[in-house]
Amino acid sequence: MTPSPPIPAPASWQPRLVAFFCNWCTYTAADLAGVSRLKYAANVRVIRLMCSGRVDPQFILDALARGADGVLIGGCHPGDCHYVEGNYKMLRRYEMLKRLLKEMGIEPERVRLEWISAAEGEKVRRVVNEMVEQLRRLGPLGLPARFAEWDKEMAELERVVQAADSAPVPA
Amino acid sequence: MNALFKPPTPRPFPHNMSASSKPKIAFYWCASCGGCEEAVVDLAEDILGVVEAVDIILWPCAMDFKNADVEAMPDKAIVATLLNGAIRSSEQEEMARLLRRKSQYLLAYGACAHLGGIPSLANQFPREQLLRYVYEEAPTMVNDTKTRPRLESKADGHLLALPELRNVVRALDQVVEVDYYVPGCPPTPKITKAAVTALLTGQLPPRGSVLAPDVALCDQCPRKATKPATLSFTEFKRPHLTQMEPDRCFLAQGLVCMGPATRAGCEAVCPGGGMPCSGCFGPTSRVRDQGAKLLSSLCANVAAKEEKQIAQTLAGIPDPVGTFYRYGLAKSLLRRKVDLNL
Repeated sequence: MTPSPPIPAPASWQPRLVAFFCNWCTYTAADLAGVSRLKYAANVRVIRLMCSGRVDPQFILDALARGADGVLIGGCHPGDCHYVEGNYKMLRRYEMLKRLLKEMGIEPERVRLEWISAAEGEKVRRVVNEMVEQLRRLGPLGLPARFAEWDKEMAELERVVQAADSAPVPA
Repeated sequence: MNALFKPPTPRPFPHNMSASSKPKIAFYWCASCGGCEEAVVDLAEDILGVVEAVDIILWPCAMDFKNADVEAMPDKAIVATLLNGAIRSSEQEEMARLLRRKSQYLLAYGACAHLGGIPSLANQFPREQLLRYVYEEAPTMVNDTKTRPRLESKADGHLLALPELRNVVRALDQVVEVDYYVPGCPPTPKITKAAVTALLTGQLPPRGSVLAPDVALCDQCPRKATKPATLSFTEFKRPHLTQMEPDRCFLAQGLVCMGPATRAGCEAVCPGGGMPCSGCFGPTSRVRDQGAKLLSSLCANVAAKEEKQIAQTLAGIPDPVGTFYRYGLAKSLLRRKVDLNL
């Protein structure tokens, strides 16, 4: 397990957005946004997958658990999936994931699914910017720091035990 | 006897004046129901072979030993400790640390030690809410003065102390290092026997392994032949409201079965006995978060394509956390309802 980063100071905090874009539509649209010189928030870290249907809910939870404040998933419009039905699979998982996140105390607005075709570079710009603004409103999720905070309740006992362990053994 | 399993020092221990050279084994329980102890007894006659081969030096459920006996032992004097139950109190935490120090091998025995188990479903609620319910609000509780146990109290001039309930329920490896995991709620006699045999013969897989086959439960399921190549859910039925067919794949019948996301090794006792798998063996080594993985597979196969209809179908799973993380909330990626503090 890697050590948790300290809780970021509110002044220096910037939203961290992880985006999973499908190779055929949304990633191509992000390329288009690039060559069209459209500017969008630099808070997004794009990860290219072959299909939005490849987005395992584990990826989303793992991103959040490792310090992302939100996750954006981009896929082809319904009916346009390169693999016919991958985007529907993502949509169905997303519906359940939103419920699960809510029950686990995470605002479902931190995870967003959007259909963005290869021609919609402008939509990439808009959705990324909107999402970053949304995360600014919601504030930091900061799960790594939170996990470290939870485990502090074990620290005192650990200290006591270690002190006892390092005490000289009576002959 | 394999030299590996001899205690490292020849010093006789106060609890064991016979100074037998048999390897020393300890059983311990933390936040558990007692089912894992039962599972050891379920070895039936085979337990005699185990008792013949080892010295049981600690087993609070069945035999009388004092913690001081364990504390007096040299470090690593116990060959293996099989610890069951989640860790949710300061006392359990302390015993886990003590037994870790005294044992060559520490095994997380059963779903609670392995993944947090049923007790870790408490990670959905603040500690205060749990205590209030148990000591004040539960229908079976009569407590007009709202008395609760205090960590420290005085009686007849003596200071009495109780362990503290932790805010977070943890699996064993979230507290101390664990060498091997024996999965199951409870582990089956066969899995238990295999683990003990592996320990006694030294035929152990790489450290950190789960001592059960690394394939999905469907592989062992008697209903496997009827599992359709493509699933398509139009509704999710609940076992207690459904007349279930005895031989057909539960998923094909529209019932939530954790089989595809769960490790094999139990020989499909639940599906064989007429109930869908609820996931107690935890995930295989390729899966990090069992609940997310089953959510992924189950929901992707919903037939509907419109948000509203999808939500309608998924409403057939009223408690996603309790369904997908029944035995493993503590070891899930989120561990606990994240907006809860200490």
